[in-house]
Amino acid sequence: MNTSKKCVTCDNCSGKNKATKGNKKGGFIRIFINGITNTNPVFILLLGLCPTLAVSTSLDNAFGMAWAATFVLISSNILICLTRKWIPGIVRIPTYIVIIATFVTIVHIILQAYMPPLAKSLGIYVPLIVVNCIILGRAEAFASKNPLKLTLADTIGIGIGFSGAILLIAFIRQLFGTGSIEMFGQHLVSIPGLIDNPISIFILPMGAFFVIGSLLAFFRYVGVMPCE
Amino acid sequence: MNDLLAIFFGMALVNNFILAKFLGLCPFFGVSKKLSNAISMGMAVILVMIAASLISWVIYYFVLQPYDIVFMHIVIFILVVASLVQIIEMTIRRTNITLYNALGIYLPLITTNCAVLGIVLINVQQEYSIIESLVASIGAGVGFTLVLAIMSGIREQLDLADAPKCFKGIPIAMITAMILSLVFLAFGGIV
Repeated sequence: MNTSKKCVTCDNCSGKNKATKGNKKGGFIRIFINGITNTNPVFILLLGLCPTLAVSTSLDNAFGMAWAATFVLISSNILICLTRKWIPGIVRIPTYIVIIATFVTIVHIILQAYMPPLAKSLGIYVPLIVVNCIILGRAEAFASKNPLKLTLADTIGIGIGFSGAILLIAFIRQLFGTGSIEMFGQHLVSIPGLIDNPISIFILPMGAFFVIGSLLAFFRYVGVMPCE
Repeated sequence: MNDLLAIFFGMALVNNFILAKFLGLCPFFGVSKKLSNAISMGMAVILVMIAASLISWVIYYFVLQPYDIVFMHIVIFILVVASLVQIIEMTIRRTNITLYNALGIYLPLITTNCAVLGIVLINVQQEYSIIESLVASIGAGVGFTLVLAIMSGIREQLDLADAPKCFKGIPIAMITAMILSLVFLAFGGIV
């Protein structure tokens, strides 16, 4: 299948992966940290934007999406890594997609069984983890070529990088959009002036574009990321 | 008829796939710099969306439900989309080489485009009939193409714009998307 060409977007990550491979001697910790910082899937590679922007309306939703996507990422990449010698090169992409879809199905069923409200508010974005470019991108660029130990480091790092990004965006949107921070029904912080007159555009779809655009610009301004 | 119109405009404008549901952001930020490319991409997406909706509807209601294996729908749908894209690509290459040159490189990109899987899942979730699924997929595709075309026009100008240094490139595209999304919010009243 020609799905591999889809990873035009993932050219970045295969490019980065060469760098990661060069650092192979750095080993476990290096690759792990790389996943959070240098190859952060959301802020640096700009992959998996759809779920990041769509479910970051509240911290609860973001947390649900973060663990669901991280679970699928880690478990599918472990399986792909373990079976990489037996999967013929020609059919590797369809195989990866089926493996990922299986784990997404598991997460979907678990969510519906044990956390029905969360499953309802995440809606179609849980099944859509299947087409999240981060997971297929890592499978193609890293898990299919590296031993289990390094794959584990890479996926856990990328998972934490993704979770951190989505939680950060959700935190900002919830803080300004509702004037307070609530998580799992617990009221944590509230801003005195904002709680009565929240800036509700942060909760609306346009707020997501605004927050991520501003965050990217901010990271470039403080020098965490290079300017164009 | 009114229901169908409501579904069409709801999908195309009110719940626009890119600006309200955040589906298909990769092509939105990736390929949309020339108007002709944006239109070709949009046409390819509409084509695949219609075919995927119809086929997955038939599979869902005539295979998955009677045999009680609805839990398999995620695996089945992604396989339907992936193989459909492949079949359409081969068919177009054999029958119409001009069309293939226009659409060809965009077809493989669509497989993991969340917009196509998104419309299939929405059809099932909303329990649309086959006619409603057809209308919904056309509406979603038209809305997708519309926003892609608008954005390609804006991005041609955006490269020349005097944005602050750290906003150049993707960040300013995001801010533009925010303003577009604000504009599309105004369509909320029509359905």
